[in-house]
Amino acid sequence: MPAALKLPRTLLFALAVGVLATGAQAQQATEIQLSYKDKKFDPPEVSAPANTPIVIKLKNLDAKAMEFESRTLKVEKVVAGGSDAVINVRAQKPGRYEFFDEYNEKIARGALVVK
Amino acid sequence: MLAALIIVFREVFEAGLIVGIVLAVTRSVPGRNRWIAGGVVAGVLGACVVAAFAGAISRLFAGMGQELFNAAILAVAVVMLTWHNVWMARHGAELAGELRAAGQAVVEGKKSLLALAVVVGVAVLREGSEVVLFLSGVLATEADTAWSVASGGVLGLALGAAVCLLTYFGLLRIPARALFATTTVLIALLAAGMAAQAAAFLERANWLTALDNVVWDSGWLLSDSSLAGRALHTLIGYTDQPTAMQLAVYVAILLITFALMRLVGAPVRTA
Repeated sequence: MPAALKLPRTLLFALAVGVLATGAQAQQATEIQLSYKDKKFDPPEVSAPANTPIVIKLKNLDAKAMEFESRTLKVEKVVAGGSDAVINVRAQKPGRYEFFDEYNEKIARGALVVK
Repeated sequence: MLAALIIVFREVFEAGLIVGIVLAVTRSVPGRNRWIAGGVVAGVLGACVVAAFAGAISRLFAGMGQELFNAAILAVAVVMLTWHNVWMARHGAELAGELRAAGQAVVEGKKSLLALAVVVGVAVLREGSEVVLFLSGVLATEADTAWSVASGGVLGLALGAAVCLLTYFGLLRIPARALFATTTVLIALLAAGMAAQAAAFLERANWLTALDNVVWDSGWLLSDSSLAGRALHTLIGYTDQPTAMQLAVYVAILLITFALMRLVGAPVRTA
């Protein structure tokens, strides 16, 4: 069945071209260190300059998994218990962007202030 | 309990929609229940494995393992959905013709079922691993609230199953003649949306940085974290801040699908 074989290859090719089309590395990113323990972010509020990419390095010090999420920053990432995660955030306009642990949305909250 | 219900429902909602659509698409294919149930079971098992190795997966590719894993399994689903549509363009008429060449159609139908079972498995796997992580975390560390959380989780799962059934029976209300065209379009949009989502994961991993400007922000109109926004996100790939790359991938998948359907589907009329 040649048609069936041809299709995935075409799609894979399209995907490969997309990946290879990746431009130069992103501009210098702002790095932010954050830790999470007992359903609290430390520090609870962090800041970053506007219009530059941001990299959040998150340490989950709790034994169980958490899910780092921010609706306004468009990020969502599961972080296993006792492990680290790197979260890339694209350059943002000035403003206050809240983030939280999706598994404990009401209490485990923090914010990123972009100036 | 309510919090657990909401978290679990939010995760299974998308899988519920997808399984509902696949059930409607395959309504007349014999033996489809076994295939789809197989997809769900494989997805649940896979979700447990992914949850167990969540830390290890994350650490791959300089901490971007999770993003790349999501992009890869979404790409698998896109290929399967597109392949299904192209396959149906060629063989749909035979299947609809029921008894005529039914034996052949059943054999061929299995291939398409396998593709859709994979789609179901992938959808359950992606959403399920987060549910497993959440529930196992609570059950392991908070014994006092475990019962309430577990019952919330079960209710959330039941609501997800209800979404699946609503989608299925809703689609079946469409007259049989129009259903084929409807599901073809639904599947194409589903595939395009998943491809754009895969692009979004590659962008988050910094593997895809070309065309990464946000084209519009329609969050004021419909946030993609609201329930309606999430439904549209799953069904047609709606996102309130798409990048140019996501839009390009979305359009490319639609064009590829319909071009292949025309190319491959043409000869059936003379058969």
